[in-house]
Amino acid sequence: MAARLTRLRVIGLYKDLQRLGRDYPDPSYDYNGRMRRLFEKNRHLKTEDEINQAIRLGEFIKQETLALYTLRKYRHLKRMYSDPPTPPPQAQQHPNT
Amino acid sequence: MRPTSARFLNVLVPVKRCVDYAVKIRVNPDQKGIDLNVKHSMNPFDEIAVEEAVRLREKLKDAVKSIKVLTVGPPKAAETLRTALAMGADSGIHIELPETAPAPEPLSIAKLIKASIEKQSEPVDLVIMGKQAIDDDAGQTGQMLAGLLGWSQATFASKVEVDEANKLAHVTREIDGGLEEVKCKLPLVVTTDLRLNEPRYASLPNIMKAKKKPIEKFKPSDLGVDVTPILETIKISEPQKRVGGTKVGSVDELVAKLKAAGITAV
Repeated sequence: MAARLTRLRVIGLYKDLQRLGRDYPDPSYDYNGRMRRLFEKNRHLKTEDEINQAIRLGEFIKQETLALYTLRKYRHLKRMYSDPPTPPPQAQQHPNT
Repeated sequence: MRPTSARFLNVLVPVKRCVDYAVKIRVNPDQKGIDLNVKHSMNPFDEIAVEEAVRLREKLKDAVKSIKVLTVGPPKAAETLRTALAMGADSGIHIELPETAPAPEPLSIAKLIKASIEKQSEPVDLVIMGKQAIDDDAGQTGQMLAGLLGWSQATFASKVEVDEANKLAHVTREIDGGLEEVKCKLPLVVTTDLRLNEPRYASLPNIMKAKKKPIEKFKPSDLGVDVTPILETIKISEPQKRVGGTKVGSVDELVAKLKAAGITAV
């Protein structure tokens, strides 16, 4: 019973990470391959504590990847669409002098 | 008895399917267009608009009756609608253009949005859209739409507060040199600026739920709008390559180079 619940959680986490991995900016970094190997390395885990710890690590990686994507997009947009900083006001010569 | 709101708000969020922000744009050999066989996604400013509509509902709860998203484009634009639905919109409107049609112009889009609003069975109170699309950077559609409808407009919004009981909205706008606060009567067109919010990521369960949400399909002829372009693109070219900088050896060399470039001491 408990095994089925954790199994569903793990499969859900795997699907989420796989979908995130499709958008990874560096094509030579095999995100999904590495992620799968990490999952397979842990397939033998039996105790609830160990499994929960592994799931927590997976969730952490998911949050970090999401943060990476959002930051990257925000920084790009900020670079493209922010106005350049206004120069400090200079002492102007009065036109009549 | 829970007090009912004076009016329920109907929110419309037009979104656009553009070339993805991370794609390197390449100009076609004929210099009249860019390579469109690349990854497309929702315009980032429109993502911010959808997020704002969803946050508005989270804040005002039942006062927001519906959030509809609308897009104009080829059949593939339905994916963009699904993303918006996954972020929290209720239903979608897809105005379909043929695959080979030329890109529609801001005025045609504004006319199509106006016609859709008029076709809705319930009046729309708030239109939230991105300030500009990252592929054409026109930044005109919101303003044109407000003009055609005769509604108030608050562009480049970095903060939106809706007072639905009094049918007002307080919007903080980003303008050159600072911020401007405006009080607008509803119905209102808002265009979003970068600092309004951070769009959420649509999680897998929400994407699954979005598949069941309804999308209405229209053609421009159903709405009585002619989308033939009135502008002709003469030439598209890449920006000039940056000329590399040079390193100077000493302060005197720097001063000499600055003088040569015509910059004198203040």
